[in-house]
Amino acid sequence: MPRYLLARVGQAVLVLWAAFTITFLILYALPGDAVSLLLGEDGENNLTAEQLDAVRVQYGLDLPLYQQYLNRLGGLLTGDLGMSYASNRPVADLIAEAIPQTAQIAFAGLALGVTLGAAIAIAATYTRFAWLSRLLTAIPPLGVAVPSFWLGLMLLQVVSFRYGLLPAMGNEGLASVVLPAVTLAIPNAATVAQLLNKGLESTLGQPYIETARAKGASRRRVHLRHALRNAALPTLTLAGLMVGGVLGGSVVTETVFSRAGLGRLTATSVSARDVPTVLGIVVIAAALYVVVNLIVDLVYPLVDPRVVTARRRTPIGRATAAIPTPEGAST
Amino acid sequence: MTDTTTAVLLPDAATQTSAPARVQERRVANRLGDGARSLVRRPGLLLAFAVLAVALVAALWPTILTSGDPYAAVPAERMQAPSAQHLFGTDQLGRDLYTRVVHGSALSLSSAALAVVFGLSTGSLVGLVAGFFGGWADSALMRFVDVLLAIPGILLSLAMITALGFGTINVAIAVGVGSVASCARIMRSQVLSVRTSDYVEAAIAGGATRWRVLVRHILPNSAAPVLVLAALDLGGAILAVSSLSFLGFGVQPPTPEWGALVAQGRDYLATAWWLTALPGLTVVATVLAANHIARSLDSERKYAR
Repeated sequence: MPRYLLARVGQAVLVLWAAFTITFLILYALPGDAVSLLLGEDGENNLTAEQLDAVRVQYGLDLPLYQQYLNRLGGLLTGDLGMSYASNRPVADLIAEAIPQTAQIAFAGLALGVTLGAAIAIAATYTRFAWLSRLLTAIPPLGVAVPSFWLGLMLLQVVSFRYGLLPAMGNEGLASVVLPAVTLAIPNAATVAQLLNKGLESTLGQPYIETARAKGASRRRVHLRHALRNAALPTLTLAGLMVGGVLGGSVVTETVFSRAGLGRLTATSVSARDVPTVLGIVVIAAALYVVVNLIVDLVYPLVDPRVVTARRRTPIGRATAAIPTPEGAST
Repeated sequence: MTDTTTAVLLPDAATQTSAPARVQERRVANRLGDGARSLVRRPGLLLAFAVLAVALVAALWPTILTSGDPYAAVPAERMQAPSAQHLFGTDQLGRDLYTRVVHGSALSLSSAALAVVFGLSTGSLVGLVAGFFGGWADSALMRFVDVLLAIPGILLSLAMITALGFGTINVAIAVGVGSVASCARIMRSQVLSVRTSDYVEAAIAGGATRWRVLVRHILPNSAAPVLVLAALDLGGAILAVSSLSFLGFGVQPPTPEWGALVAQGRDYLATAWWLTALPGLTVVATVLAANHIARSLDSERKYAR
């Protein structure tokens, strides 16, 4: 296990390095003069050639590309993400200030999304009414098709403007978290519901479920204890994707709700073409994705003992196609 | 159904078809019949096709659906709620919102289509090369794809936009980059399974060049799942394009585009709900229809195998 752990951590670091490199190449190697981005066209025209050179030196833009790359990479290792073009402050500070606002709605959104999605999937497979089941399985595709900027605006319109139940914008207090969290939760809930619904349906057809029923276990017990435990495991592999989705979703959500978090910082940085800030945010997001996936990979064998043997044979990659066995449900 | 097919075939004695060919023809006829009948049996699918058809007509020939000018401002009719005269109401300048939504579909759909085509072609190329040549090319390309997957799609798109600048084409490319990774993966796995099949070996044994094997044998036989994936991606691309337009990175006002229309209506959210609600609903309906058709295609294909 320690060897596996080490290899897996090494792999994660490698992915992160590569993500940084690709983003760096996209942002720095594509055409466009960084100084004109930095100052805007007017600013560039107002300065003399010497002044422009001085600005280049200040941001390290006079160096060859590989030198800039090594400087950035070195800075990254010490937690220095460079200086923002737009606000002339360290990118690391900007991100650190924004994270708490995003963390609140992201955690609330994830929790709500998973709960809602699980509830829909469980109810859809548990109900004895075919029409209700059909209705419940029809909801998730709808959730995937709704653009979150529009969903957020509609919530604002109805909840805040028409009925005045919750504040329309801002960062203060618990009430300001509710609407952004709901907006972030809907796409996640839809994804969870679809995957779990599929899992439950195939698990309920397994022979061990039949056995449990034959032994006289109640319908609820069979559903919630025997089937759900096995069906829920593959949803764990969605965790990385969902964290990434919530971070990406925060760009639109925080713009709609005027919340000063990471997503809003991303939107304003892209508008201002603030290259170092965008690079910093992408690296942070990739790091979060890599870390969450690492945790899922390490935790998976603990919650699903069947995976261990499969993993020994193929050290890289997730063994999600495990065959459900009675042991998993007998507790 | 079967009887009529045979009845049509049998009198044609001059070109008496061989038994296997007749079976083949009957199968084709049956499949066409099945397709039409299953469409009637599934009103949801029919509705989805209808919605997408209307959206396509709006994009290609907007004048069929509306005779109005999307830029014509009538100050006397500002901020009117939806009515028989203005189906979607009017905006703060007195422009007809329905006309603007109809004319906006061209940009929204073409950007989404461009995004899908870009992602599909780049991803397929990567997957094709990785799967066909194998070895270090395979490992290098697939590691690259793994890394792309580690960056949340919209952030990757936003990084592309930061580098490329604003505009609808840049938005489309940025969105397309997001689907390169998944296309590459599926293409590669298909190529790997097709590469070892008998007909490919036969072609190689028959002296076909590598290029010919790749283009004539492997590509056509691995394309189907990737095309289904492209259909599945279309809905997502429409959403992504409209999101980026909403954020202001696509078209500049006053050009109509679905996401941009929602953004323009946002300032009047409290007083004129229709300015945000109706363009958004148009997006929802289109994406829902596209996704529904794509999923039906997907399950049809899985069922056929």
